[in-house]
Amino acid sequence: MPWLSYQKALNRALADAMAADDTVFVLGEDVRVAASNVTVGLAKRFGPDRVLDTPLSEQGFTSFATGAALAGMRPVIEFQIPALLFLSFEQITNHAHKFSLMTGGQCRVPVTYVVPGSGSRTGWAGQHSDHPYSLFAHVGIKTVVPATPSDAYGLLRSAVQDPDPVVVFAPSAALGVREDVDFATLAPVPLGSGRVHRRGADVTVVAVGHHVQDAVAVADDLADTVSVEVFDPRTVYPFDWDGLTESVRRTGRLVVIDDSNRTCGIAGEVIATMVERVRLAAPPVRVTRPDGAVLPFSLELDRATQPSRAQLAAAVTLTVKER
Amino acid sequence: MTVSTSDSLSLYRMVRLIRRFEERAIELVHSGDIVGGIHPYIGQEAVAAGVCAALAPEDVITSTHRGHGHVLAKGADPARMLAELTGRVTGLNKGRGGSMHAADFGIGVLGANAIVGAAGAIATGAAWARQRLGTPVVAASFFGDGAVNEGVLLEAFNLAALWRVPVLFVCENNGYATTMRVADAVAGSITGRATAFGIPASVVDGQDPEAVLAEAATAVARARAGGGPSFLECRTQRFEAHHTFEHKVRLRYRTDEELAEIRSRDPLDVQGARIAGTDRCGVDDEVESVLDQAVAFALESPFPDPLTAMDHLYASGLTPRAGSDL
Repeated sequence: MPWLSYQKALNRALADAMAADDTVFVLGEDVRVAASNVTVGLAKRFGPDRVLDTPLSEQGFTSFATGAALAGMRPVIEFQIPALLFLSFEQITNHAHKFSLMTGGQCRVPVTYVVPGSGSRTGWAGQHSDHPYSLFAHVGIKTVVPATPSDAYGLLRSAVQDPDPVVVFAPSAALGVREDVDFATLAPVPLGSGRVHRRGADVTVVAVGHHVQDAVAVADDLADTVSVEVFDPRTVYPFDWDGLTESVRRTGRLVVIDDSNRTCGIAGEVIATMVERVRLAAPPVRVTRPDGAVLPFSLELDRATQPSRAQLAAAVTLTVKER
Repeated sequence: MTVSTSDSLSLYRMVRLIRRFEERAIELVHSGDIVGGIHPYIGQEAVAAGVCAALAPEDVITSTHRGHGHVLAKGADPARMLAELTGRVTGLNKGRGGSMHAADFGIGVLGANAIVGAAGAIATGAAWARQRLGTPVVAASFFGDGAVNEGVLLEAFNLAALWRVPVLFVCENNGYATTMRVADAVAGSITGRATAFGIPASVVDGQDPEAVLAEAATAVARARAGGGPSFLECRTQRFEAHHTFEHKVRLRYRTDEELAEIRSRDPLDVQGARIAGTDRCGVDDEVESVLDQAVAFALESPFPDPLTAMDHLYASGLTPRAGSDL
């Protein structure tokens, strides 16, 4: 079977979405030349009208997309860097997100916001390395963080077809992941459905985005001593609470690895919800960025600020000790 | 452009409808039937009436926190509008929007938006999309003088001019952003913000419905002909408070003399003088009857069921988790 990279999966999803629906168009900065690689070939195939290069006016073109969506189109905005979500946070949360309720259901705002390269990009420092998916989950915007190429394809397809705003975080650390996949099997993945990457009996590790690869590696490393189940929520909002509950009921133990800042990160919500639903055999543990983290430039500091495999292994070991 | 007698009468009718709607709404604020107060449009009626008279039914508008006049002038049912203001399930937004968010997509009202300057880019995107979809319309985006210092609005001017989007930017310059005078807030000029982007801009007497209609009609014709955006600065006057909270807390930012001057030129009189006295009386009676029925409809309508508080949060029908399981 052919190899599909995560980045190519996003590109293929956009191309298939545009081919399937004339109202889908892409807008953003440098999307015609595909500076971030995700829109490669789209301008040539679909023409400049459907691949719209915008001036550096993130707030303006984000609400422009909201207007286009209200008028019946399905815009896909590419934000080159995650911090642009802070710049356009008002337009996404206060307008695009609120229109459906505020109008009593008179309209829909099917805009997709794609960030191909969220989280640390290794050396891009304080203002280009954020991973604010928990922020969007907090305000109630549909938020997906795919971990694998086939999920990146399937979740982006679902995001574009969804009638509501959806933010798609494509972690930088996952963009290079490749998967041996039969292209004929690529299909939309419903929002709000998690996926168990590895079955286990002793502890459930919830891993978000690129940390799925870390969790699977740690599970392999510890396989002789502990049986780890790796649960990938895929969508952090809405979260597949029933799927996770089923897993945690079986294992009785819970560890979360999440590239959010610690306070109000999705890890805290995962733990709170499982504690409400399941009597755990040991205190749950989370591995996150520090509170209020700003990623420092120097590589050692950048790495020290993000959740690591060593921290995850220690967390798993600690949790199963409490038998 | 010449305004026909029937246009004169219908402009008067709209000014009168908005005026009396607002006065009735203020009564309902004082009686406690409208919770949260309103931003009265009294004094500025000529702008909404004139601009919306230049639009076709399929054209779209975006409105503001001081938006009742725009929504009514675009054709909203005053009864369902008042039901919205009183939080009833029969309201335009099923009681989910209120005074600052009234929307009626069926007649092209893409929502009143309570964030100053925020809707300009939305209107621009909507008009651009309708062009792309092969069903072109003109969008009119209303905002106040305070909005011209909001960056996102200036970004919208740039996008609209760059892509020749058929949008009419309507600045209602009533002299004050809440209590901040234009002279204390605006460096350069208001129209200069538009002309800097190559957008044709003009200053209009915002107390005169026919003057507004004439200028808006020129801009709308230009937009339909592919000429892109236009900008109207309508010099108008806010006779009332910024918000009805001022009826309880008197803010001292306009002297009595200034207020008298502000109220000296009333669009109701300007337009009323253009029609026959008998016609005027007839319209006044008709408006009163419409509003009597509207108030009765609103106050007799049911409130929404609290169990439906999060209905419509997602168009997909996704049900969010409740705030308490108990």
